[in-house]
Amino acid sequence: MRNASQNLVKAGIASGFNFLWRDSGIEVPFTLTGYKPSDSILALLWVGVVNTLLVSACSIAVATVIGFTVGLLRLSRNWLLSTLAGVYIEFVRNIPLLFFVLFWYFGVLAALPAPRESLSFLDVAFLNRRGLSIPLPNDVTGFRWVLLATVALVVVQWALARWARGRQARTGRDFPTWAVGFGLCGALPMAAFVAAGALTSWDVPVMRGFNYRGGFVLVPEFVALFAALSTYTAGFIAEVVRGGVLSVRQGQIDAARALGLTPGRVIRLVVIPQAMPVIIPPLTSQYLNLIKNSSFGAAIAYPELVSVFMGSVLVATGQAIEIIAITLSIYLVLSIAVSLFMNWYNASHRLVTR
Amino acid sequence: MKFIVSAVAASLFACGSAFAQQLAPSPTLDAVKARGHIECGVHLGLPGFSFANDKGEWTGLDVDYCRSLAAAVLGDATKVKYTPTSVQQRWPMLQSGQVDLLSRNTTITFSRNATLGVNFQGINFYEGQTFVVRTKAKVAKVADLADATICVAAGSTEEKNAADWFRERNLKVTIINFQKNDDAISAYDQGRCDAYTAGIGALAGQRIKFKNPDEHQILTEIISNDPQGPVTRWGDERWQLIVRWVLNAQIAAEAFGITSKNVDEMKAKSTNAEVRRILGAEGKFGDMMGLSNDWAYNIVKQVGNYGESYERTVGMGSPLKLKRGANELWTKGGLLYTPPFQ
Repeated sequence: MRNASQNLVKAGIASGFNFLWRDSGIEVPFTLTGYKPSDSILALLWVGVVNTLLVSACSIAVATVIGFTVGLLRLSRNWLLSTLAGVYIEFVRNIPLLFFVLFWYFGVLAALPAPRESLSFLDVAFLNRRGLSIPLPNDVTGFRWVLLATVALVVVQWALARWARGRQARTGRDFPTWAVGFGLCGALPMAAFVAAGALTSWDVPVMRGFNYRGGFVLVPEFVALFAALSTYTAGFIAEVVRGGVLSVRQGQIDAARALGLTPGRVIRLVVIPQAMPVIIPPLTSQYLNLIKNSSFGAAIAYPELVSVFMGSVLVATGQAIEIIAITLSIYLVLSIAVSLFMNWYNASHRLVTR
Repeated sequence: MKFIVSAVAASLFACGSAFAQQLAPSPTLDAVKARGHIECGVHLGLPGFSFANDKGEWTGLDVDYCRSLAAAVLGDATKVKYTPTSVQQRWPMLQSGQVDLLSRNTTITFSRNATLGVNFQGINFYEGQTFVVRTKAKVAKVADLADATICVAAGSTEEKNAADWFRERNLKVTIINFQKNDDAISAYDQGRCDAYTAGIGALAGQRIKFKNPDEHQILTEIISNDPQGPVTRWGDERWQLIVRWVLNAQIAAEAFGITSKNVDEMKAKSTNAEVRRILGAEGKFGDMMGLSNDWAYNIVKQVGNYGESYERTVGMGSPLKLKRGANELWTKGGLLYTPPFQ
């Protein structure tokens, strides 16, 4: 360390972490944090971290759903379904991720119309090559009623589920908890949203010169990276799920069927809980891979951590050692956090077997 | 008596070594001579400045500069190895010693000089930044690009200049940063952006990369000055001296009317003292730097003077057809001026 810093001083290359407080002057096309180029480089770093977390979280959610579905389909006794699932898995696993990212980006771009010929949804939202522009409310205070309504819905649903479970334990009768719960108060958040929306003024995107200005723009870079990451990781998760399900003893499945459980309930109540301890460790690896693979955003100008910090800031300040050290530690912290959470989840939800 | 003679002889011998030419050590020059070629950091592919054709032969204004350096240092303009560098890679490659210099239309800026440990050895191209837009968009001046989306290469001076220019005038633009110039160009071509920004000379060269070059229009309004020149790292003073005066020699040759065709005649017959000193007919200027005395003669003979190089690579003799503009001698209205060879 000392040798490196002495050499840097001798070569006239700036070192130290003071550059983080310099004005960045770098523009970013997509950010949720309200960043402006007059903010510091530390704010720019935060933009990169938030964008990485955003695309990773969305992709992890969707990839898990697709992965579980495809994995279970692969085990289906229907030949067509299992072959389709197999083709999907092999296709996605054997082609490098960069290809998918570029394919989704240039494929998505080519399919969308130019701004002057945008697809418009009710004349308030517009879809074109520059992204999806949606209106934003100018004043969000009215929307806290929506939050309250959603919380109320969750509480009612939970209470209903507890009551229904208790009733089933006593009398063995089934109760359609989800249907009743949503029927009773599903309308509540919707009504609150409409009411709050009608009360505030909206920042509607308006065509000005070249592009739509106003509202919130979801850029095609985000959509392309999100789609590529989800579909790619889903293929790997599907195989992990398949391995986990195959590890459940056939006796369990036979016994469940003998008890008269429907196939859906066999999977949901017997197979998956027993497969989870086998699924979760490799699943954690796939999540960590996805978080690291989000750095492919640099290839298509999505402003995530590597593209913004290790790309723009590194070239602007030239302080390679400090910047790479910071980026490495951020990825390390993220990965360790995910891994700790998954291990805790595994340990706490494990079926205790004798 | 014999003792006195031998004492005088011994002291003269000792002093004699002090009179031999003592030059400051130059690790880069020694490495170049040991290697037998110069490692030149160039652009990934900018037609007119540093571009490799399909046979792998490099041509361009910046390439010609490296060839001049090779002719001066090693006597042979072909002894150069070109390393293509992206906007991000160029600084670490120069700082670490992987290349001996950068000759890849790099703009001279204060922060680069102060924080990156690099020095700029002169200006070989006065560039100005502008935008390329689709002709259909009917953009007359840069201010018409308000609310547009602009593709740039991350970390270039163009990125900061564009952001600063629009912010100064309170106009909103969206700037998309790509890692490489070629990615930005293809995204602009695909329609992701309304404009792409680079120097007016660079754009004239990049034009061939568009699918339909005729559909695009390069604006003539310049939003910033970008003087570009060869870049060296701090520390090796004698190498930096050589890099600086090779560029000056090219320009001085044009100022004195020395071309690759008449250089032999000028060397033999010219009566102008400065011409004779440049071409090595008198004076030992090469020795002062640690090079042979033919150093400038080799430059002009094998590569040509600045004007010949310009016309061949970016001027009227090339597809770019750029006028000299500021890149002309000061006596003809341009900005090229060189200190005397004395």
